[in-house]
Amino acid sequence: MVYFLIIISAIFVNNIVFSQFLGICPFLGVSKRINTAAGMGAAVTFVLTLATIVTYLLQKYVLVRFGLEFLQTILFILVIAALVQMIEIVLKKISPSLYQALGVFLPLITTNCCILGVAILVADGTWAGKIPGAEANLLQGTVFAFATAIGFALALILFAGIREQLSMNKVPKAMEGTPIALLTAGLLAMAFMGFSGVV
Amino acid sequence: MNKPMNVFTNGLFRENPTFGLVLGMCPTLATTTSAVNGMSMGLATLFVLVCSNVVISLLRNLIPDKVHIPAYIVVIASFVTMVQLLMQAYVPAIYETLGLFIPLIVVNCIVLGRAEAFAAKNNAGLSALDGLGMGLGFTLSLTILGAIRELLGTGTCFGLPVFNEQYGMLIFVLAPGAFLALAYLMAIVNKIRK
Repeated sequence: MVYFLIIISAIFVNNIVFSQFLGICPFLGVSKRINTAAGMGAAVTFVLTLATIVTYLLQKYVLVRFGLEFLQTILFILVIAALVQMIEIVLKKISPSLYQALGVFLPLITTNCCILGVAILVADGTWAGKIPGAEANLLQGTVFAFATAIGFALALILFAGIREQLSMNKVPKAMEGTPIALLTAGLLAMAFMGFSGVV
Repeated sequence: MNKPMNVFTNGLFRENPTFGLVLGMCPTLATTTSAVNGMSMGLATLFVLVCSNVVISLLRNLIPDKVHIPAYIVVIASFVTMVQLLMQAYVPAIYETLGLFIPLIVVNCIVLGRAEAFAAKNNAGLSALDGLGMGLGFTLSLTILGAIRELLGTGTCFGLPVFNEQYGMLIFVLAPGAFLALAYLMAIVNKIRK
């Protein structure tokens, strides 16, 4: 039951884009077409889940054990950068078709703040406070990270769908580009606010 | 106009990180729930920007080209850790409010972007000026956005009451208000520029 709560909470109630404001750059940058949005969403899901597991283990068995918690930021960002590189190399070798689909997005992911953000949330265990009954252990943390990434992909694809329609409409000159995109995101965020209180 | 002045004002107005370059959107939206929060976030980023720009500019001939991005990230992350520890010690209340977004300065595109676009090609003095201009530009836009959201949302400005107590459109303090306020502010800036 608690896993169900974690998933609902991470995807809808505390959606990473609309209520946590993480990963806004790719959200605005690669949301012009649904195909690219889906590709980016899949790449983020893949990397986010893996990165969370690796950083959680490093935090628990290296940083906390040796009292080096202040190195968290430096270590995590390096681990994520290295992990993205490794995933790129491995994917190229074992699954060229997946690499074709995700390849372009992988280098962009290193500086996507939702990866580092969720890694820190899970490693510190602060995410569990919002969900009744959740414990900040590896399994639940991983489920949370995966669901968060799904929430990101959902937001990205919804937004891309709206923007595809929007591109055919006339927009006032001053609102063109980023302002109208932000306005759309604001309305979507309002819709997602309807989920608050569910969990 | 002489060059150093140009470099400084470039970040402040013409290439303002928020309204000109549209970089660093996550902290811009997330931390501007009040004018003070926005300003603190801007100042923390300003510190990291200036320090990392100077160090990277001094090291620019020593860092091999192949590993320059990881090297820059390590420099930036070191300064972010410093800011994190300093804020935790001296302004714990603000550190609590900004929370996750302090360590996330590392992945703020402005910092890495300026390191790559400016500090890697110019001397330390100019890089410091560029960092200062960009940082102040970022602080300025965050403070303005924070002040607008605070005023509309709770009727106060920098914590001082402006309207009477019953007033308050809570939506502007919540998530959707961030998107809406920034969208209209950006549209107004676009209009004025043309």
